Formats: sequence, structure tokens, C-alpha cells
Amino acid sequence: MNIAHIREQFPALHQKVHGKPLVYLDNGATSQKPKMVLDVLQEMEGKINGNIHRAVHYLSAQCTERYEKARTVVKDFLNADSEDEIIFTSGTTASLNLLAFSFGQTYVRPGDRIIVTEAEHHSNIVPWQMMCQRTGALLEIWEVDDTGALDPKKLEQILDKSEEVPKLLAITHISNVLGLVNPLAEIIQIAHYYNVPVAVDGAQGIVHKKVDVRSLDADFYAFSGHKLYGPTGTGVLYGKVKYLEEMAPWQGGGDMIETVSLRKGTTYAQPPLKFEAGTANFIGIAGLGAAIEFINGLNIKLIEDHENEITQKAIEALGQIDGCKILGIPGTYYGKTYEKIPVFSMTIEGAHPSDIATLLDRMGIAVRSGMLCAEPLLERFGITSVLRASFALYNTLEELDFFVESLKKVLKILR
Amino acid sequence: MTIKDKQAQIVEEFSFMEDWMDKYEYLIELGRKLPPLEDASKTEKNLIKGCQSRVWLDVKREDGRLYFRADSDALITKGIVSLLVIVFSGHTPREILDADISFIDQIGLREHLSPTRANGLLSMIRQIQMYALAASAENPA
Repeated sequence: MNIAHIREQFPALHQKVHGKPLVYLDNGATSQKPKMVLDVLQEMEGKINGNIHRAVHYLSAQCTERYEKARTVVKDFLNADSEDEIIFTSGTTASLNLLAFSFGQTYVRPGDRIIVTEAEHHSNIVPWQMMCQRTGALLEIWEVDDTGALDPKKLEQILDKSEEVPKLLAITHISNVLGLVNPLAEIIQIAHYYNVPVAVDGAQGIVHKKVDVRSLDADFYAFSGHKLYGPTGTGVLYGKVKYLEEMAPWQGGGDMIETVSLRKGTTYAQPPLKFEAGTANFIGIAGLGAAIEFINGLNIKLIEDHENEITQKAIEALGQIDGCKILGIPGTYYGKTYEKIPVFSMTIEGAHPSDIATLLDRMGIAVRSGMLCAEPLLERFGITSVLRASFALYNTLEELDFFVESLKKVLKILR
Repeated sequence: MTIKDKQAQIVEEFSFMEDWMDKYEYLIELGRKLPPLEDASKTEKNLIKGCQSRVWLDVKREDGRLYFRADSDALITKGIVSLLVIVFSGHTPREILDADISFIDQIGLREHLSPTRANGLLSMIRQIQMYALAASAENPA
């Protein structure tokens, strides 16, 4: 199977926008879905539809089976210990909000510290800020350097600062702006040396890297389905059972309880159901299972080589554009190799990202412009907006060439 | 020229342009021609919220008329705000408040802006109307 074959399976890629063939380079925001996923959604919405975990009838049983099968698929995909560690949510944002609430309720007291890095998406900042407001905890910032890389020594300084060790480190696997792969295993090792658990925002990471939560020893790992070729409104929070068993539930409702009594009070179900109140997006989750099975069916080596080739060529070609500066350059920082996924955020002298993106759109090219939900990181670099082209496994080298040539044309108009 | 006449003139100019690339290039030209605001006027107060790029709108009142000046760090946005400056600048608050703003739909601008940017445009128009409202309350004609 080659890239052209993979591409054929994504109907959305074969359309025109503004009369031009679509070149979809906004995969960091959301990906298109393969037919395998679309078929599951259509079949279930149109036929196999019954609420899960409750009824004894045929359709309910079918849906429950598919939903719980998806949990096994996710468990195997992450190499987690058990299905009990896999909580289904509506996306990374919901996963991190759940975690911030439940972890905060259970473990965080006034004066405690939580560490976040400066390279985080708003989804991995704001829930922690809100948790700090609720609990009286303090947010510590692990700052990036001028290249965007994180110096582990700075983490050790924060961890060494006082007798009371921080309660949690929240860090992204791969920044949605920089595209640099953080050396997670080493970072987690450092944090664990100080007995600090680590929560990972894997929204970008899960898409481009093989994630093994056991070998990483991550305590929590959150990701979305819609960036992983799966349905919108699906997500996962992986968490070690020892935490999930202790953590207070986030939302209350059906499915998350053991017994409900108006007089004696309510007892909760065991994880993961304790954290899945109400009717889950079971059709979407079945679709997420299909998306992961689709990925499992691909030759991962081929995909990795292809994405690496795009990354290398894009850095080369964009580097030749006068005044173009890419954020996040792969290399060796602090003795660690930082790889880069094919996500290219850039500033270009004399042209505003929103103008560039508007004109590229007329040429059929979908890219992102703006703050990319990472205002603190942009502020760190002294900029208010970037242009981002983010590639997926189905994007071709021809599309990269077309993007670069179109960008040059647009710059002729704007500069 | 009345606000209505100015709008008609813009609509006519846009009618000569066939595709949207031309229209954007025209907006870019307008953006380039709009004199930049000096830094002292690029204040937090003049910054319009809800735009994808930064837009500043400054107002001055002279002989009962409002004079607008604007700037943006993005050229297309600057072109769009330049249209608003052309249409509304030099009119009385009452004229501005009574104006029927039709040119945006007529030139197809609204449908060619993403919803985020259309909201930004709406914020700019609202800000102009707010200035006019404040001015007319201060000194009802």
C-alpha cells in the first residue's frame, strides 16, 4: 500500500473548493476520515442504534459490544494494562478538564503546586488555572528556551524548589505550534524521581508517534479522535488505575453509579464507568475504534518515512523563502534529539498570516492562521499570529510543492 | 457625497471585478493606501475585539461630524476597514446611525468571509455605530 492508495480511502480529499482541487493542510486542527470510519457511523446512525449498558434488547447489546470493543482497541493501541484505564470523553479538552477536576478534588490542597509548560495548548492551561482557583493551588511555569525546547534542568529546579513537591506535571507530547516531539520518557523519569505524576496532552502526539503508555510510564494521556482520522466529539483519557480508583467523579448521572438512594446517598461505579456519566457518544466511539483499526492496518514504517520526508523537504523549501521563519527546528537540545512532525508554524516578514491564509484558501489550500490556541507560547516569541501548515499521512510531496509555490505567489501579491 | 452614494460607488467598483482573487487584490491596494495610524493611537481602547488580526479604530469629532481613522496589521483586513472609513468618515452621528449598510452584502463580502472574519467585520461596524451613538447622546442634534 502506498500513499496514493491511502488517499483514495478519504472521500473528503477528492473535492474542489473555490473551483480548485482541495489541498488540505489543516490536519493539526482536524483530520479527514477514511471510508471505514464513515461506514461505521452511517451503519450505526441508520441501523445499529440502541443505548448502551442498559437494555437487554438486541440493538443495545450490539452497540454495547461495539463500544466496549473500541475500549479494547484503544487499550491495545496505547499498550495499557487494562480496559479499566481507558475513559471515553468528547475530546482532549474534555479529558483534561475531567482530569483537572477529579485530580484536583482528590489530591490538591491550598498552597500545592501544579507544573505546566509554556508550550501548552490552551486546553492544557486553562483547566489547570481553573483547578487552581477552586483548590487554592499555584501554577508553576516550566519555560521554553528561544528555540521552543524545554530544558530538563529547569524542571529539576522547579521540583527542587521547596520541600513540598508539586502535585502534577502537565505537559504536551508534541506542541501543536512547534511540532517538536518532547523527550517524554526522560521527562517522566525526572518527574517520577520526585514522585510527581505526569499528565500528557497527546492531541498531536498520538497522531504521529507510536505511544506506549507502559514504557513511557505516563500517569495520564489524553487525546482526541477527530485528529486521529476518527469522528468529531470523541476522545480518550488514559489513567493509571491506582489514580482512577481514588479520584472523585467529574460529572454525575446515569451509568456512573453503583446505587442511588435519596436517603442513604449514592455510591459510584468502578472506573472507567465512574467517569462516563450519561449517554456516551457510543456511535462516535465505535468510529474511533474503526479509525484505530484503520491505522493498525497501515504500514507504520512507510508512514513515518513519508512524514519524515515531508518534514525535511518542507523545512528546506520554506527556509528558502525570504523572511520565512519556522517555529520549532528539529535538532539536539540539552543532549536529547528533538524530532519534528510535519507541522510547520511560521512567520513571514512583511505578510500577515491571516492575509496569506485568505489568499491560499482561494487557491484551494486549507491552512491555519492566528494564535493556534497557544497565546502564551506566541507571546514568548513576541508574535501575535502565525501561519500553520500541518500535514497528515495522506498528504503528498506534490501537495507540499504546490503549497510552497502558491505561498510564493501569495507573497508576491502581499509584499 | 451621502453614505448611500458612497456605498453605491463601492458596489459599482466591485462589479467590474470578476473573480475573488481580483477583489482581494483590490482590498489589498485599499489597505496599502490607507494611511497608517501612529503608535499613540494604537491603544487598547481603540483595539476592536473579535478580529483575527489586530484592528484599531480611532475617531475624532469636528463641527458635529465624525472622522474615522483605522489600521490593521493584516492588509486584507485593512482594506475592509478602509471601506468602512470611506463610507462613514465625515458624517454626522445621526447620518451614521440612520444609514442602511447594504454594500457589504451587495459586493458579496459577507459570504466570502469566514464566519470568524464576518464577526470581526460586524464588530467594526458596531464600534462605529457605538461612537456615533455616544456622540449623539452627548450633543443631540
